[in-house]
Amino acid sequence: MPDSPMPVTNGPEALSQRLAEIGARWPAARPEMVADVVQSVLSSMRGDLTSVESSLLTEVAELGRTIANARAEIAALQVDDITASHIPSATDELDAIVAHTAAATDSILEVCETLDGVAGTLESDAAGVLQEATTKIYEACSFQDITGQRITKVVATLKAIDSKVGHIIATFDRREGHAPPRPAPPEESLLNGPQLPASAMDQSDIDKLLASFD
Amino acid sequence: MSIDKSMNVLIVDDYKTMLRIIRNLLKQIDFNNVEEATDGAEALAKMRTSSFGLVISDWNMAPMTGLQLLQEVRADTRLKATPFIMITAESKVENVVAAKQAGVSNYIVKPFNAETLRGKIEKVLGHA
Repeated sequence: MPDSPMPVTNGPEALSQRLAEIGARWPAARPEMVADVVQSVLSSMRGDLTSVESSLLTEVAELGRTIANARAEIAALQVDDITASHIPSATDELDAIVAHTAAATDSILEVCETLDGVAGTLESDAAGVLQEATTKIYEACSFQDITGQRITKVVATLKAIDSKVGHIIATFDRREGHAPPRPAPPEESLLNGPQLPASAMDQSDIDKLLASFD
Repeated sequence: MSIDKSMNVLIVDDYKTMLRIIRNLLKQIDFNNVEEATDGAEALAKMRTSSFGLVISDWNMAPMTGLQLLQEVRADTRLKATPFIMITAESKVENVVAAKQAGVSNYIVKPFNAETLRGKIEKVLGHA
């Protein structure tokens, strides 16, 4: 919206120019239709329009055009595709990643448990070496839990985008639904999942923090 | 103080893989009586029907989180003294503070290694 109101011009010349503009924009509109609208607007008002009121009307009309343009631009973006296709497809793919890594991790753990069983039957140093190796595999397999939680966070973000896009569409379509997101209850603010390595506290940081309570 | 490794240990995590990993790591350090639960509500129900010498729980679970489980345990006259270790990917300061305020015995951040798990168990049970 401009910082100052559009200048209100008067006189027959300005009126002719304005009518020509309207005619060019809406070729189907006949002058008598315009007159009807003007008459209808004027008859709904009590008293004469002041210059301030005229400016306000111009601003309102400009606002109406801005909203109409925004609707047209959003329609051109085909945002329905985002909610109907792109986001569901992306979340399905991510769910599949979680399922496949879980299945692969299960297979690794099964083999590892077999090796652990063999280690228990050995008498030599080999038993210790084998168990040390299986311990490292168990530790490494916890990646599935961490990646699963990270992917869950991404899915939640995609769903939030989906909801907000749907809300925008509903607003412009004047449809019902898409209630505003409810505020998170207190503990939800603590459920952040894994942090990125650059910002995460490691075990020694946590140990120091815990010790500070003693 | 020697640790009684025949005690019942309850491990709680909504990821079956994680339960399996922790169970195997516990087995390697001779804790063989391990029960599993996949959320706080199931864990609490098990704790109210059986006796456990140690609980090792994840935080981020539904419908009852690990923090809520901890709060329920600490509010229960019969269960409140149970050693409780949180193993979680939640590593923000406010998480550690909230867990400590709720009465957590120790806190392990994922991903963790077997040595950290063994050390924390010894520390917690050594003080029990």
